[in-house]
Amino acid sequence: MDAIILQILNGLDKGSAYALIALGLTLIFGTLGVVNFAHGALFMIGAFCAVTLNRLFSLSFEVVDPTKLDFLGNPAKIKTAYVEAWFGQDFGAAIIDWSVPLAILFSIPVMLAIGFAMERGLIKHFYKRPHADQILVTFGLAIVLQEIIKYFYGANPIPTPAPSAFTGSFDFGAMLGFDVGQIIYPYWRMVYFAFSLVVIGAVFAFLRFTTFGMVVRAGMADRETVGLLGINIDRRFTIMFGIAASVAGMAGVMYAPINSPNYHMGMDFLVLSFVVVVVGGMGSLAGAVLAGFLLGILQSFASMNEIKSLLPGIDQIIIYLIAIVILLTRPRGLMGRKGVMED
Amino acid sequence: MTRGNLTRRGLLRTGAVVTGAGLALPTIFTSRASAFTNDPTGDTVTLGFNVPQTGPYADEGADELRAFQLAVEHLNGEGDGGMLNTFSSKALQGNGIRGKKVAYVTGDTQTKSDAARASAQSMIQKDGAIMISGGSSSGVAVAVQGLCQEAGVIFMAGLTHSNDTTGKDKKANGFRHFFNAYMSGAALAPVLAKNYGTDRRAYHLTADYTWGWTQQESIQAATEALGWTTVNNVLTPLAETDFSAYITPVLQSGADVLVLNHYGGNMVNSLTQAVQFGLRDKVVNGKNFEIVVPLYSELMAKGAGDNIKGIFGSTNWSWTLQDEGTKAFVKSFGTKYGFPPSNAAQTCYAQTLLYADAVERAGSFAPCDVGAALEGFEFDGLGNGPTLYRAADHQCFKDVLVMKGKEDPANEFDNLELVEVTPRAQVEYAPDHPMFAGGELGACNNGA
Amino acid sequence: MLGLDRKDFTLVLIIALVALLAPFLLNFWPTESGMAQFNAGYPALMQRFAIYGIFAIGFNILFGLTGYLSFGHAAFLGVGSYSAVWMFKLLSMNVLPGIFLAIIVSGLFALVIGYVSLRRSGIYFSILTLAFAQMSFNLAYSVLTPLTNGETGLQTTLNDPRILGASRTAEGGIPVPSLFGLEMNATSIWKIGGWEFQFNVGYYFAAALMVLTFYLSIRLFRSPFGLMLRAIKTNQTRMSYTGLSSRPYTLAAFVISGMYAGLAGALLACMDPLAGAERMQWTASGEVVIMSILGGAGTLLGPILGAGVIKYLENIFSKINEGVLHGWFDFLPEVVKEPLVWLFARFTGEGWSLTLGLIFMIVVIFLPGGLMEGARRIGDLFRKRGKPSDDDKEHHPKPAAHVAE
Repeated sequence: MDAIILQILNGLDKGSAYALIALGLTLIFGTLGVVNFAHGALFMIGAFCAVTLNRLFSLSFEVVDPTKLDFLGNPAKIKTAYVEAWFGQDFGAAIIDWSVPLAILFSIPVMLAIGFAMERGLIKHFYKRPHADQILVTFGLAIVLQEIIKYFYGANPIPTPAPSAFTGSFDFGAMLGFDVGQIIYPYWRMVYFAFSLVVIGAVFAFLRFTTFGMVVRAGMADRETVGLLGINIDRRFTIMFGIAASVAGMAGVMYAPINSPNYHMGMDFLVLSFVVVVVGGMGSLAGAVLAGFLLGILQSFASMNEIKSLLPGIDQIIIYLIAIVILLTRPRGLMGRKGVMED
Repeated sequence: MTRGNLTRRGLLRTGAVVTGAGLALPTIFTSRASAFTNDPTGDTVTLGFNVPQTGPYADEGADELRAFQLAVEHLNGEGDGGMLNTFSSKALQGNGIRGKKVAYVTGDTQTKSDAARASAQSMIQKDGAIMISGGSSSGVAVAVQGLCQEAGVIFMAGLTHSNDTTGKDKKANGFRHFFNAYMSGAALAPVLAKNYGTDRRAYHLTADYTWGWTQQESIQAATEALGWTTVNNVLTPLAETDFSAYITPVLQSGADVLVLNHYGGNMVNSLTQAVQFGLRDKVVNGKNFEIVVPLYSELMAKGAGDNIKGIFGSTNWSWTLQDEGTKAFVKSFGTKYGFPPSNAAQTCYAQTLLYADAVERAGSFAPCDVGAALEGFEFDGLGNGPTLYRAADHQCFKDVLVMKGKEDPANEFDNLELVEVTPRAQVEYAPDHPMFAGGELGACNNGA
Repeated sequence: MLGLDRKDFTLVLIIALVALLAPFLLNFWPTESGMAQFNAGYPALMQRFAIYGIFAIGFNILFGLTGYLSFGHAAFLGVGSYSAVWMFKLLSMNVLPGIFLAIIVSGLFALVIGYVSLRRSGIYFSILTLAFAQMSFNLAYSVLTPLTNGETGLQTTLNDPRILGASRTAEGGIPVPSLFGLEMNATSIWKIGGWEFQFNVGYYFAAALMVLTFYLSIRLFRSPFGLMLRAIKTNQTRMSYTGLSSRPYTLAAFVISGMYAGLAGALLACMDPLAGAERMQWTASGEVVIMSILGGAGTLLGPILGAGVIKYLENIFSKINEGVLHGWFDFLPEVVKEPLVWLFARFTGEGWSLTLGLIFMIVVIFLPGGLMEGARRIGDLFRKRGKPSDDDKEHHPKPAAHVAE
């Protein structure tokens, strides 16, 4: 029983990560109809926003300390971070410690800017081009973005810890009446789960309850009519693209403590996020979120030893297997709209 | 770049090409002048350094490349000579190899067998490389080793830790200086028993591919021999980035040690997440819960950050060693690049020197002569203490280092500390040990 | 001639001629010159040009004609390689049984996957094929290791039975794949002046098959069957209203294209007897998609061109390291040289994928029809000046009617 509760927790957590990544993609891909192979790269850049902010906070000046030696036996240079020198050791250290949550604030303008630039400079010209062209141009862009990050940060994963206040785990077991220490869950993963619910909720509310959202939804359904009504739908699509990019970016920032950022991580999530979006159904935000949670939970269950011993390797293929089953039983995924990218 | 006559064994009769190509050939057909592939006839000799330059191991590849460049400098008599001065064999004079200046070509393995072989083929066929070295994974090492065997050049493996490289996939033209999974287990187990006791229950998470399996098999056998029990061994997909679903069952398994048979980004993520789950704060069976990573590297330690502190593991070599060879190498590498070399860099540097030295001693570039000179070669002064290149399987036998994540690093490179130098005798095994059985070297191949 | 009209026949002839003369055409620079880095005329790369050309031609039959974008075509490449290597291990090192089995097995594989996947269209079809290929890759890498040898890749060994051949050669080595005694890796070399030309059996074998498959694909493009496939691409709904079921046609195209991929996979194994699971990964499937689009989807020559460009960049640019760059710019003063070397090093050596990414973007932005569009524009330019248009054989322009897009 406790094992099952734990896997449900794992599944919700994994699912919230999938849902968050898929949400950004489905705004671009499922609704604007652009096959965006650079979405993984946007996620990766988000994670590197956290790294960058951490680096910025840790910018240091060096003082030669003759009492200590470096690895070559020369006098060592002792580094002190500027923030520690300016704000005092404790407060400075606290700023560095909190760099991941602070990076959310940092990432939103950065990702909005990247999203706007991408849409205005590139994607705008590709709305009417065949999907094949969109694949090629966004894949090229993803490679270029990756290589830029690799040049500055290398290929090795970079440790980006959560604030020390969030280290440790919460004991669900004790709360539910199980033995102490049997069902524990890390605080940061709970934060991630809560955060993704907030972001998902915010995006939904924005599209549902604001005039802007209404116009965008109308534009998705029938772009030309909305345009004929004298509404500048292009500008709104640009903003949508920016929002999608920042959702991807925020997902990346918050994921950095769980999955140490490396320049390649976007490609690892790319295929998965497409699968999630398509299983959810093209054009449906709710479908993408639902599919994210569904696949997350099923994958967690497939990773259980009891199931693996029955079906070896099932955890390797479960996502794809489920995708095939769903797409064969429900022609447009879980909640797909008719006629979106079916030809 | 010099080019040899690129003819190969099985060189074809003229007529066959004529019919195949439908061409009337003029009579300027080259003769089979040389007895082996890429015989260096000019005044330079070309080595091929095939390392990952893209993909997750690109940084490790970059460090290997730095070491290769340093080795070439030293062979050509530039720089301070590095480990040439401490190497027990004095055949190398700093005038290149057999008087020929050493040139090199580089390529990208992408840590994919196909790309690695394509890159090695181009070095052999286009650039006339006579030796291929480098690499950062066992799959690539085995693939390129097979290619070099067929093409008739020497392969000096870079970082490859799977038992198979000198076990069931060993080849007469391939040589490995790096240690292997069996040695990791044999060196690590006694230290673990000493620190954590002999009555431990271990839970293994293992990357689901060949290297992971041999690593897990080795460490399980070694720890069980000292009294540990293995609660479970769970295989994790290579592409996995979130190990939560594999870590939570550990909590309920009654295990008090978690062994992570992961490498690279897999290990960084699984260790980070295991620590996040608070495994190291737990007390199970009245003992502190511990995590062990049988094989790690400086780069992985860097990637894991604070989480590596206090974690036991093994490495092939460490820049913190105090022997003369290590000091000389760290000095020339550190002076040139500004940071200490990784153990991947050391193995690549040593392999290049060992190859060059073997050519000098053999008095020939022919792969079979070089191979014979390497087989059974005993040497010292390359940082690992007295070392033997065993003839039976082309594996180096030397001391193995048991390391521990340092609690209080003195500088940013100082993330691992030496716990024990496990003597060579303790990690030796018979060539027909079951974990290595099933392959044979075969005959060496001179190509051409 | 050969069932082709004049224009198509010329096209096949040109392809055959280019393939025949590739060792000369690709070794443009003298061996000793600094520009020799750009030479691509060595067997391994020429073989890859031909083999990936076949792969891309096959992919184009499905994608270019029917518009169905398969994102799992690498599965067939991998299956073909595994089948061929198993034939080398069990039966003999003769390449023909291996190729034969590979085409059969990948065809069956494609039949199953195609039958299921073609129940959906558009993106749903793409994801279904992707899912099948990723499952094959993940299983081949892990659980199916007894069959595939996992990470290490399936290789021939000294202890293979090889019922109709020898387990090992007289010298104690592993035998080499051969065509009735003609070993695939046998190469003869001409040295003419500063040039060195390599003629390799494996390359000519692969090139001959590429010309053959290209010829077959032209026949297919021009056949009523091809017309039917194009009709499916244009308007499937309208076609079904006329009472025709499109599924048998698309399935046939899918299977044919899977067999092309299987042939390519088998040839990879023939040139170099190793089959690795990475051949089935989504990146490999993505690569052939990119090759077709880069060259010009739906055109006859485009995919081959795209395959060539990508393989060229991957193999040539990745080898230009800083040492080579220093050699090139040695004549310049230090102040100019260092920044120049730094700049070039970002795009070559370890930075080769940056160049690849940039080229993808530039081509698709400025040449909406891929490289073939560029060739067509160049052709137009020549035509305006009243020059004949087919003097540029690699960039042979084709009339727009051939473009199915």
